[in-house]
Amino acid sequence: MSSIINELKSRILVLDGAMGTIIQTYNLEEDDFRGEKFKDHKSPLKGNNDLLSITQPKIIKEIHRGYLNAGADIIETNTFSSTSIAMEDYGLENSVYELNYESAKIAKEVVSEFKENKYVAGSIGPTNKTASMSPDVNDPGFRAIHFDELVKSYKEQVKGLYEGGSDILFIETVFDTLNAKAALMAVDNYFEENNVSIPVMLSGTITDKSGRTLSGQTVNAFLISISHFPLLSVGFNCALGTKDLKPYMKRLSDNTNFYTSSHPNAGLPNAFGEYDQSPENMVEQMREFLDENLVNIIGGCCGTTYDHIKLIAEEVKKYKPRVIPNE
Amino acid sequence: MNNCNNLTLSGLEPFELKSNINFVNVGERTNVTGSRKFLRLIKEENYTEAVEIAREQVEGGAQIIDVNMDEGMLDGKEAMVKFLNLIQAEPDIAKLPIMIDSSKWDIIVAGLKTVQGKCVVNSISLKEGEDVFIDQAKTIKKFGAAAIIMAFDEKGQADTYQRRIDICKRSYDILVNDVKFNPQDIIFDPNIFPVATGIDEHKTYAIDFFKATEWIMSNLPCVNVSGGVSNVSFSFRGNNKVREAMHSVFLYHAIKKGMRMGIVNPSLLEVYDDIPKELLEYVEDVILNRREDATERLLDYAENVSNSSNKEEKKEEWRELELQERITHSLVKGIDKFIIDDVEEARTSSDKAIQVIEIYLMNGMNVVGDLFGEGKMFLPQVVKSARVMKKAVAHLVPFIEEEKVEGKSSNGKILMATVKGDVHDIGKNIVGVVLACNNFEIIDLGVMVPPEKIIETAINENVDIIGLSGLITPSLDEMVYVAKELEKLNLKIPVLIGGATTSKTHTAVKISPEYSGPVVHVNDASKAVPVSTSLLSEESKSFTARISEQYKLARENFKNRKITKNFISIEEARKNKLKLDWENYTIPKPNFTGVKEIEIKDLSTLRDYFDWTQFFRSWNLYGIYPDIFSYEVNGKEAKKLFDDANELLDKIIEEKLLTAKGIFGIFPANSEEDDIILYESDNPEVVLNKFLTLRQQSKKTDGKPNIALSDFISPLSNKVKDYIGCFCVSAGFGSDELCSKYEKENDDYSSIMVKALADRFAEAFAEYLHKELRTKYWGYSNDENFSNEDLIKEKYRGIRPAPGYPACPDHLEKNTIWDILDIEKKIGVKLTESLAMWPAASVSGYYFANPDSKYFGLGKIDKDQVEDYSKRRGISINEATKWLNPNINDV
Repeated sequence: MSSIINELKSRILVLDGAMGTIIQTYNLEEDDFRGEKFKDHKSPLKGNNDLLSITQPKIIKEIHRGYLNAGADIIETNTFSSTSIAMEDYGLENSVYELNYESAKIAKEVVSEFKENKYVAGSIGPTNKTASMSPDVNDPGFRAIHFDELVKSYKEQVKGLYEGGSDILFIETVFDTLNAKAALMAVDNYFEENNVSIPVMLSGTITDKSGRTLSGQTVNAFLISISHFPLLSVGFNCALGTKDLKPYMKRLSDNTNFYTSSHPNAGLPNAFGEYDQSPENMVEQMREFLDENLVNIIGGCCGTTYDHIKLIAEEVKKYKPRVIPNE
Repeated sequence: MNNCNNLTLSGLEPFELKSNINFVNVGERTNVTGSRKFLRLIKEENYTEAVEIAREQVEGGAQIIDVNMDEGMLDGKEAMVKFLNLIQAEPDIAKLPIMIDSSKWDIIVAGLKTVQGKCVVNSISLKEGEDVFIDQAKTIKKFGAAAIIMAFDEKGQADTYQRRIDICKRSYDILVNDVKFNPQDIIFDPNIFPVATGIDEHKTYAIDFFKATEWIMSNLPCVNVSGGVSNVSFSFRGNNKVREAMHSVFLYHAIKKGMRMGIVNPSLLEVYDDIPKELLEYVEDVILNRREDATERLLDYAENVSNSSNKEEKKEEWRELELQERITHSLVKGIDKFIIDDVEEARTSSDKAIQVIEIYLMNGMNVVGDLFGEGKMFLPQVVKSARVMKKAVAHLVPFIEEEKVEGKSSNGKILMATVKGDVHDIGKNIVGVVLACNNFEIIDLGVMVPPEKIIETAINENVDIIGLSGLITPSLDEMVYVAKELEKLNLKIPVLIGGATTSKTHTAVKISPEYSGPVVHVNDASKAVPVSTSLLSEESKSFTARISEQYKLARENFKNRKITKNFISIEEARKNKLKLDWENYTIPKPNFTGVKEIEIKDLSTLRDYFDWTQFFRSWNLYGIYPDIFSYEVNGKEAKKLFDDANELLDKIIEEKLLTAKGIFGIFPANSEEDDIILYESDNPEVVLNKFLTLRQQSKKTDGKPNIALSDFISPLSNKVKDYIGCFCVSAGFGSDELCSKYEKENDDYSSIMVKALADRFAEAFAEYLHKELRTKYWGYSNDENFSNEDLIKEKYRGIRPAPGYPACPDHLEKNTIWDILDIEKKIGVKLTESLAMWPAASVSGYYFANPDSKYFGLGKIDKDQVEDYSKRRGISINEATKWLNPNINDV
């Protein structure tokens, strides 16, 4: 815990890149996803990437290793959708603890192969339901999920991630701040009940150039809404590419005393829904953040690969980390 | 030292209770206990109309929305959640933070689970004992909400001064020490109860509330105070006139004591100034408990409210002239009394409303323009003309839109902004008005405008020119930054640079090379029109070529000038310091040491200390007061401006429209090289803080020293304690409200006048306080007797240099002064990110008492001193360079 804070004071730490983008290159089929354990599961499982931590741990470990070799300091567990809420579609809501525990465990195993300080961040995704917006335009008062259900589901995930050995918890891709507040409440309750504590990172998503989250908050409103928790870092990821994220990173950096993180997509998807921004081009745009000292932790989201992270890791060595305004 | 953060809340948009916000209005209409209509709608499950009530409140100016569903016949929890979910789906409502108001804890929790933003809980208290209180506070903290804490304990609601403060203190200690609740998230409600009930014990309810508020604000760090205001007038239900006056009087006094938030029905609130004198007196007697028979007198008055009749207006001769001449007369003389009537007459006799602008008003403004161009009219007059013009146009706009005729296109669209971190806007506003008079369309983004907003607006609005303004030195860098960003986007929009610290040289050397579009330094309102016109005319190419030629020359001159300048090393400069004869000098011991706050209750005290010469200068009228009145060129205009200023001054003083607050401290001190070490006033062995001064570094002709301010303080080696003081005064509180009132009335002239007068009040206050210090608190010249002119000429002993000015250009010193005196907390003056003071009409500085102390200019310093300074300050060289940039020799 204290070691990561010391490192953040002296240099910019590098996050890993996309998990799904690399998994795609393995061209896995239904049987691969099922493995031995879920051979007879009643619903189809192809596309449930998180499940691979249990059924194809070698592949997931290979990907973690790939990013660590590329220069990542922090790898995220393969648990973006490992909540009972998101796993319900696959009928796997009862395997959630195992998914999180195993994912954290294998990530930790890969990290221990390295002699440098490397960290496992337990990834906590937004789920596929929003607590402060209605999915039905004709019934704006309706909610598909309630705060209490989110807290319960997140707490299960937090328990698995923590007991599997995560060094950090990472609430990411926040598009509804109320979901994020439920995740923070779950973390807070888990820490309090078990008298433990590890650093918590949080990263939101600005969905378009209006500069707001999907649930409508501006950068500063978002920041005010989650600053009651003593976070390690706050940042933005996904949705926009590096270039479009810059003004919001600037605003964030100017207004928070937490460390900042950024892991944008490799540009915006092309006409085929693919991300095709080259590592060189992405790093070129990242220099704008770096020149203005806006970040402490940087990495990639959708579409980024080992090559992106390698180039980013080389580039950030040339820069000093952002200094927290009031320190 | 208490460093409090501001209370922050959020809906879809952020809310920060900044020190410049006088009062936050909490909307109360979506409260079933307060609004019968809202209760009925909720009972009928007519949520659509209920949501509209919330929207009306937002439109009516509420800054926080209170939602309360506490009614016996309702399922409060369900209604709360349903209503909150619905208003969250309305972006124009959801932008505001929510106050979740209930006496039932489970309803509060249900509300907190429904809203993504940071809410206020209203309320919790010690009513059910400490355990429950602590549990509830912990939960609120986990949700990241703020909370209203009622002055209520196990024994009941606090109704005396002592009970109020005891309960608040006890609550505060539990929250801050046991629960670790952020103190800025605590809002106390010390109970507003009805007065004038006929019961003797109730007579002091209002003053007890004021006293409790004052006590809370000065004894419980970082908190705020709120209250439900309409309670106070409960006994006058049915008589809105009296109630409105009571609410306004109550607020007026409560705000002065530090209440900054409240639940008020805006439609039941009279403007304090508009309360008839007689009623005001009776109401204040009741609220302040000034007379035994106060209640009876107010009751009597309430029963016979009388109407006053209007006096008949005297007709004036020029009113007999032709229509065009009357309109021209109004515009030239800046008279707005008849303009609507005249314009209406012109409109009904014209084919189209637009012709009134194109013919009548433009003819009139052309006369104004000619007179201004010939130097026969002066800025203040032009600004007044603009006010009349604006009123006329405002009247015509609806008719023009109705005719759906394209209006005559303007001469061009100009964006104006005071850059990020800076709050000064008098000059910018004057330029904006002058340009608007000349048919430029002005988009004024106000003060502290971030660069991306400037650029975004410039692009979206497709502006023709961007005008950047700033007064303090860090704004210069900010302008360079904007230029760089514009260049990155490959824009070519011309940029105008203006403001007191800007210069043609800086523009030429630092800004212009960063941007390939035209950059022009315009420091005079009268130049803004011809420059803008040229930039947008057909000859713009030759104009910009001429400008860039001029700037190239300026850059060369600058380069050549620099080479001739010789610097000595900082060590050498220190050896050549100013050596005062400390042996034969007895350091006067101050009568007072420590920190003291000064409030000027009656602003007329400061009037005698006005520097009118500076006032005229802010209006571009140059000349020494009072000789200026006899100047042939602008004497008459100066006199008129002076009269207008004094009229407004009378109003400001009489109606207490501005508030002046000040604070100073005197501390034992010694110098050590270029540092001044301050010791605690009651414990002179303990180091309190350190001022860092900068030393002149240019090579001096024989015998002249390289001075730093530290030379005026006895050195440590001398083993005798010397003293230093520092201060901050402000007269800007209230100026924003007053200005926006005038601006709403399209009266820029009065708005600019208010700002100019507020600046003068602040300077006068500084002068006054300095005198008090010399003759009383420090007392080293208790026998001085100077006239105001002598004071302005600084004939007295000692100086008060200000950080950011020539002797000490280092703005970072303000942070130290702010820490030492706890200025933001004590008097509410804040520092922006560029270290400008807010409110803008503020002055801060040091006090030096040595008879040999004098003002000097630091001039340029060399890089070795910057490095040395960065070490002393504990910041990087880059950071130090950023702040001292304008003073660094960069050969």
